[in-house]
Amino acid sequence: MVTVHSGSRAVPSALSPLPLDAWLLDLTAAAVSLPNTASPDLLGDGLARLELIALHFPKFNDGRAYSQARLLRGRMGYRGELRATGDVLRDQLPFMLRCGFDSFEKADPPFGEAVRAAATLFSVVYQPAEDNRVPAAELRRLATAGAMAAAAAVSLG
Amino acid sequence: MAKNLRGTHQIVTANRLSDGVVVFFTRSGDWSPDFNDAVVADDPAAAETLLPRARGAATATVEPYLVAVELVDGAPVPVSMRERIRVGGLTFPVLAAGASRYA
Amino acid sequence: MPDSYFYRYDAHDRALVAERVAQFRDQVARRLSGDLTEEQFKPLRLTNGLYLQLHAYMLRVAIPYGTLTSGQLRALAGIARRFDRGYGHFTTRQNLQFNWIRLEDAPDILEALAAVDMHAMQTSGNCIRNVTADHFAGAAGDEVEDPRIWAEIVRQWSTLHPEFSFLPRKFKIAVTGSPRDRAAVRVHDIGLRLHRDPAGAVGFEVIVGGGLGRTPMIGKTLRDFLPREDLLAYLEATLRVYNRYGRRDNLYKARIKILVHEIGAERMRGEVDAEFHALRGTALRLPDEVIDAIARQFAAPALAARPARSEDVERLRARDRAFARWLAANVTPHRVPGYAIVTAALKQLGAPPGDASATQMDAVADLADRHSSGEVRVSHEQNLILPWVPLDDLQALWRALDALGFADPVAGRIGDIVACPGLDYCALANARSIPLAQRLSLRFGDAARQQEIGELKVRISGCINACGHHHVGHIGILGVDRNGTELYQISLGGDPEAGSTAIGEILGPALTEERTIEAIEAMVDLYLATRVAGERFVDTYRRLGADPYKEKVYGHRA
Ligand code: SF4
Repeated sequence: MVTVHSGSRAVPSALSPLPLDAWLLDLTAAAVSLPNTASPDLLGDGLARLELIALHFPKFNDGRAYSQARLLRGRMGYRGELRATGDVLRDQLPFMLRCGFDSFEKADPPFGEAVRAAATLFSVVYQPAEDNRVPAAELRRLATAGAMAAAAAVSLG
Repeated sequence: MAKNLRGTHQIVTANRLSDGVVVFFTRSGDWSPDFNDAVVADDPAAAETLLPRARGAATATVEPYLVAVELVDGAPVPVSMRERIRVGGLTFPVLAAGASRYA
Repeated sequence: MPDSYFYRYDAHDRALVAERVAQFRDQVARRLSGDLTEEQFKPLRLTNGLYLQLHAYMLRVAIPYGTLTSGQLRALAGIARRFDRGYGHFTTRQNLQFNWIRLEDAPDILEALAAVDMHAMQTSGNCIRNVTADHFAGAAGDEVEDPRIWAEIVRQWSTLHPEFSFLPRKFKIAVTGSPRDRAAVRVHDIGLRLHRDPAGAVGFEVIVGGGLGRTPMIGKTLRDFLPREDLLAYLEATLRVYNRYGRRDNLYKARIKILVHEIGAERMRGEVDAEFHALRGTALRLPDEVIDAIARQFAAPALAARPARSEDVERLRARDRAFARWLAANVTPHRVPGYAIVTAALKQLGAPPGDASATQMDAVADLADRHSSGEVRVSHEQNLILPWVPLDDLQALWRALDALGFADPVAGRIGDIVACPGLDYCALANARSIPLAQRLSLRFGDAARQQEIGELKVRISGCINACGHHHVGHIGILGVDRNGTELYQISLGGDPEAGSTAIGEILGPALTEERTIEAIEAMVDLYLATRVAGERFVDTYRRLGADPYKEKVYGHRA
């Protein structure tokens, strides 16, 4: 029994994603499953109609879908549901959330609290990704700029 | 990585999960850090049943595997250098010959 | 912590490392309780630097760009004493390995490291590994800019990178700022060489797809000049191309060098450029103030002005042959007049290369405080470096290092053998490395003979993974296993330096340990008999070709 867990999304979609080949024949379907060897570019104009894209991890250590996720979110502007399927392990969730996944398929035992915990496991990030968190370098730059502005205000005052 | 070389006699070894110490599967179905406790399967058929038994008792060990041994004066000695090193430890003094004064 | 002259953690860095330790503590507990299988746990422990070797767990600690404060070195000594058997092994990749670790202790060790702003993250696994750099950075006179600034920027960007933590294979990045390239940038997955364009701006030559291991290759230059601000965008583009298209069907073909080789440098450049153009100018752009803020932390210590020549040193040099030899081998000129860079050679006669006891580490830390502004470096040749030594301190430092066994005048010589742990420790090994290194060191122990032989890099790996970098040794030695017998395959003519990088050529069939030592002796004799003035061992080999060496080693077999 596979359970779908929601990340930032309120309720995961109940649609069942079509395999890519089938979807390419029926571009009106709103859910597709993309093998991790396929380029997200294949979705073409159909992307705008999609509500759910499932990306696959055949083995937890096959990380191609992380790049697919970032391209879909960051490059192609996809805002629908992005689901991780296959060998999805609890300890990968922080990475998946940062790459823009917002729902997760998991067989027995289900994740329970793990998805929520994954979002706050690390309070610091070092690189921009698809979750709009501000990297440490940028926080430092803003803090310095803020301090300088404050110093300037003091010296003006 | 030549873990294992062919041989008629086999033992099962693993590393202990908690600290990585080398352990051997014993006659009583347990694990011991003492090589002398290792149970020796003396033909391939016995080895084939020994490994699953050891795996079944492997909750606190990591990845048990078979090791070929030969009998020298009745006592088992691993065939491969790798396994001899696992049994006997480092083959050189940890510090240089004249270095004890620095240690 | 006391002053340091390189990057210091702030609250962000400390929080991240602490959270990472907490995460690993939880993972270890889940493994010990049986919640995680070994298969699930293994990648988690590996990305925290924890291997299971022959006799115990091994923890590989990152020493980013090889730079340590004396306090950090003392903390490493403390860990060796408390959690290990009182020693550690400095590796060819600016890491320190503890060999006798208990899984149960690993979270406490990581916490002890975090207390001195260190970690073991990403020292294993298929992710971006510890970034390495020139061990003389900041102190050598020949560099365009301190490469550690860039290694630190890359360290941060690569730490827990969400997209690149499950790459096809491990990924190693090295940075050099010097034309002499002490970081071997052409044999890394990505090598970055700082240089100036004709207008004087500083940027990078980006070299991709070099590496050692089973299929040694020299990297291809994908960019001659990459502006500094674009570094992270270009790295992200390269890694993305690799993550998407690198082979995952065959462990031995999964490194980026195979991808570059199979699709060709031209197509690789095209793919990376396409991605780079989309990423350039995004949040990955490095504004000057971010670069400068990091660069400021690498400001050299304030060194008092000193005479460029020390009369004390010159007097002793003239009087004491041992001191003169040590100066010639282990002391390197400094960017600042009146100072020197000193190599503390962890190559004591007959000792395992790169090993240091806790007592020795503590003592070197004290010497760093007294003579080197409290800073120590770790070199790719498995030595420790004191980068800020006043010339007038050399005599005292020499005596103190000698008392530790670290003043053998071997740096760059035949006694400066580089060796991986080999079959005595390593679960992947085919043959032992350390006993061979020890015997070679004793055979060529005579300091006068070493000086006569001059520069000769001997590098030993216990298997084709090439942790001992044997491919780039002037004499490389690879341990192989033939039906249970350890044999050693010799290669000649390797060279790690950027201008002349070369992969050594295999001399002939593998030999026993005994015959390997004899072969090296014979080849050294051949070199001494045939060299012309100024030639190093490797130069003579290049001039003569392999035949005379083959003849010497295999020709007169009884
Ligand atoms: S080269 Fe091989 S034997 Fe040596 S440390 Fe690396 S993996 Fe182990």
